[in-house]
Amino acid sequence: MIYAIRLRISYAYERPADVGRHVLRLLPLTLPGLQIVHESRLSFQPRPSEVINRRDFFGNECTEIAYIDRQLTTEFEMRARVERLEKPRSLDVSPRRSDFVAEMAGAASLSPHAPHQFLWASPRVPRHAGIADWAAEQARSCETAFATAEAISLALHRDMTFDAEATLVDTPIAEAFALRRGVCQDFTHIAICALRSLGIPAGYVSGFLRTLPPKGQARLEGADAMHAWVRAWCGNDMGWVEFDPTNAMLAGSDHVVIAYGRDYFDVSPVKGALRIAGGRSTKQAVDMVEED
Amino acid sequence: MTSDVPETGAGATTPAAQADAMPKPEDKTDAKPAAPKPTPEQRLAALLAAYRPLDGVADELMDARGTIRPVWRPFLNELSQLTPDELTHATARGSQYLRDAGVFFRHYGPDSEEERDWPLAHLPLLIDSGEWSQIAAGLVERADLLERIMADLYGPGALVKQGLIPADLLTANPEWLRPLVGIRPRSGHFLHMMAFDIGRGPDGKWWVLDDRTQAPSGAGFALETRMATSRSFPGIMARSNVLRLAGFFRAFRDALLALRSDGDSRVTILTPGPMTDTYYEHAYIARYLGFLLVQGEDLVVRDGRLMVHTVGGLQPISVLWRRLDSGWLDPLELRENSQIGTPGLLGALRSGQLTMINAPGSGVLETRALMAFIPRIARKWLGRDLSLPNIATWWCGAASARAYVKANAARMTIDSALSTNLPFDHGPEVVIAGRHPDGRPLDAGYIDTMAERLAAQEIVSLSTAPALVDGRLEARPMSLRVILGRTAQGWQVMPGGFARIGHSATSADISMQRGGAVSDVWVVAPVTPPEDTLLATVTPHHNMAQFAALPVRAADNLFWLGRYTERAQQKIRLLRAYHLRLAENGLADLPLTGHLSEALSIMGVDTAETMPEGLMADLRSAINGAGRIRDRFSTDGWNALTDLQRTAAKIGPRLQPGDDCARAMSVLLRKVSGFSGLVHENMYHATGWRFLSLGRAIERAWATTNMLATFTDPDAPEGALDIAIEAGDAIMIHRLRFPSVISRDTVLDLLLLDEANPRSVLSQLGDILGHLDWLDKLCPQSGPMTSLRREVLRLQTALTIAEAAEITPERLSEISDATASFSGLLADSYLR
Repeated sequence: MIYAIRLRISYAYERPADVGRHVLRLLPLTLPGLQIVHESRLSFQPRPSEVINRRDFFGNECTEIAYIDRQLTTEFEMRARVERLEKPRSLDVSPRRSDFVAEMAGAASLSPHAPHQFLWASPRVPRHAGIADWAAEQARSCETAFATAEAISLALHRDMTFDAEATLVDTPIAEAFALRRGVCQDFTHIAICALRSLGIPAGYVSGFLRTLPPKGQARLEGADAMHAWVRAWCGNDMGWVEFDPTNAMLAGSDHVVIAYGRDYFDVSPVKGALRIAGGRSTKQAVDMVEED
Repeated sequence: MTSDVPETGAGATTPAAQADAMPKPEDKTDAKPAAPKPTPEQRLAALLAAYRPLDGVADELMDARGTIRPVWRPFLNELSQLTPDELTHATARGSQYLRDAGVFFRHYGPDSEEERDWPLAHLPLLIDSGEWSQIAAGLVERADLLERIMADLYGPGALVKQGLIPADLLTANPEWLRPLVGIRPRSGHFLHMMAFDIGRGPDGKWWVLDDRTQAPSGAGFALETRMATSRSFPGIMARSNVLRLAGFFRAFRDALLALRSDGDSRVTILTPGPMTDTYYEHAYIARYLGFLLVQGEDLVVRDGRLMVHTVGGLQPISVLWRRLDSGWLDPLELRENSQIGTPGLLGALRSGQLTMINAPGSGVLETRALMAFIPRIARKWLGRDLSLPNIATWWCGAASARAYVKANAARMTIDSALSTNLPFDHGPEVVIAGRHPDGRPLDAGYIDTMAERLAAQEIVSLSTAPALVDGRLEARPMSLRVILGRTAQGWQVMPGGFARIGHSATSADISMQRGGAVSDVWVVAPVTPPEDTLLATVTPHHNMAQFAALPVRAADNLFWLGRYTERAQQKIRLLRAYHLRLAENGLADLPLTGHLSEALSIMGVDTAETMPEGLMADLRSAINGAGRIRDRFSTDGWNALTDLQRTAAKIGPRLQPGDDCARAMSVLLRKVSGFSGLVHENMYHATGWRFLSLGRAIERAWATTNMLATFTDPDAPEGALDIAIEAGDAIMIHRLRFPSVISRDTVLDLLLLDEANPRSVLSQLGDILGHLDWLDKLCPQSGPMTSLRREVLRLQTALTIAEAAEITPERLSEISDATASFSGLLADSYLR
């Protein structure tokens, strides 16, 4: 499956703003056997005074830009052609949860995708007793890590209501969990918190999801959005498996990965230091179209 | 020792200071000649009468048999010869020095914070230089090992792969900073300054209590503690062969200077700001070593280079000594909410154009649980045990450690594994000697549940050292802070540092935050060490770039300090005039007092208050501004300013309107003039002083114009012109120039147009232009003719040729508007 993806994020400021320096994580990743980036390009309006391309600790593509002069508007645009390869659902060969400590011990390392990186509280996902209790309840009858992760993902879809108005990008997970409402970011953070409380390393995946218009209707331009889902480490043999709790599915050929991290803190698409006096408005538009 | 430390307080020439230099008990007048003089032995015995080392604890002063150790003998002999009065004077001189020097640390309580005097314990702690060499060698060995561990944790990660450190100790650790992994330090080293707290156990051996690697403090406090102690015991110290500290500072300063990429840039110290507990030390070290003190907002990164915003534009920095914990350095990659960091700072490290002292992420080495693994790493890497081991530590993430800790909890403290606090600063959940904070015996389930979140450490009974209590010595627990700096020749150990002395016999009470005190540490050599001062090697370099390196924030604070003190002065003069009139006629509603009252009320001052809040607020603003730039002006100036505010606050509530208030205002006027005098007489006339003076001149030009508009108004009541002369501090000059008359014209002539009168508006304009000449030489980027210069010149020309009779009230109002615009224009040209 090859997708043409276009993402536009624009900011307009009431007064000229000291836009400063930003780190953008908007370019899709090449993942051997899963995802091939045939082409990707990031452009900026107006042109920044500095552009630095690098990879972060987790191997994500980062673009650091800086402006010296004040700006009234800024716009970032990403265009990419990405091939997503089909991967059949594998058999559950993950270890039993009771064997997980030993399984992890064998994988001890500081490398970016070592499970140990994803087991502990992280900036946006603190420990939470309520979520831990809920998770223990959902996982009671699950023996393996994979079964546990899938059960948590499905239970979240069942217990949470998707509601774009209920939370903001910086709403703490405790609040979203209390409301049982939120967007993909909230679903993902709660899933991460739940899995870690059960001893299963879990991380955040940011990316795109191809959405199909309701039958009989035309696709609306720019109506897609950036998406987030969770990945869980299911032992040395299965490795990382990606679940989409917002849509009650395993991440598959409709999902295109941009970045991996412990939580949103590590992968936020636009991170910046900005000094503004007055208001700011933001627009985001995503188009993800399957090529013929 | 060093002459750039302000020479204040009791100097060595006062009789009191020499008291201990030549003890002559026979000179003392004794009313009762019949009483026999105590022998030296009796005096020593009296001094030690209450000194009781504890059982099972080592003591610094006495060996196991109760014999005084040789290193202490000469000192104690001399100390015991001081009379009680002399001893009181000696300790008072030390405390006085610290007060005069303004040494403080910020104390954080549960509800409030306050500045506390540095808690000086007065008596030094003496250590034989032979023993010191062993301590130093042990700490250098440890520092080298920590450097290697750091390089591995941020590099190949072999320690984890080999199972020498559990991965979770890092991956769960907020001090292990992933963005720093893979960044090699430009200097070749991660660690450049370290500190260790060490203590002596019952067996007489030294133990490392903790490693301070994040942004260790203490070097400046050690120096000030030394200065204070040398004021207390100048003679004894001179005769005691105490190793000097200056050589250490010189070597470290030179080492940092050598790390720069070019000879012109300044080594820069980054402070979180005046609200930090150790801000005093940041400012002190910056001043002492000649480094530039900045805050995160002063810095910006351009094309991978760190730059500082100065009044002379952006200037590059290649060596940054951070006194800020790593997490706050860069909101782009570390804590997003950090207001005190600099976006892109890590990028400057990555581009290889910046050396940071120490490399960010070094706080991970302070992790308490890490101490459990250091002995194993030493054996593996060095093939031997460290000669200075750390206190025994167990990480409860391992089942075997949990079992051991449960069985031996009675001799341990159990606290947060990832804590980087000092060992005697416990967390709220600490288990000490097998008891929870509420007194319950240890719940074994707690260890199993918390597991990897806990570390246990053996409780060490620290050795005791003498503390001076009511003129006699008492044994108190102590620990030493030892400071190491890296030079091209490797680690140098400061021969001294400071000792924490407990305020009770309990080891746990040596924390300064819990009332412990601090002693100077004298490393005593067998022979007299050579004289050594820091200043000897300072090469004067007065290039313009150096002057231009004034950070914009500092310039701004100095400017406003100048304005606020001038504004306060103006208000005080008018208040005095008001209360004098009130005293003369006893009525507040006469036309003249009413007019004064109204003028003051426009300035935000309510004359119904004896010490108006509108005046106190200015004094507070001045002190706030001054507090942010303490490294920039003298401690005498600071003391004068705080004294002014304290006096005002103290006398305020008791004052009566009229004569009483007028006298009080005279006192304040003298004090505020004292401050101005100190600053303007003693401050080096460089860029900082220019901004302070610009603040004063601009405020004075504006305030004088407004004052003239009010009191030369044709509708102003009888006597208003006299007030103008009084408020303009020009009574004498007026009498001199216009012996018989006072008129609107004579007042305007003198206070607006007379260039020879230092308080006239025209004279301020001349001053402003003089300062602008200096600034424009430094700041070519501001162009040949700034709009500020244009406006000042325009007004100066107009006033030079004006006649007093032409100055209408409308014209005064125009002049007021013109002077009011100067501040903004100054900011546009130099403070962006």
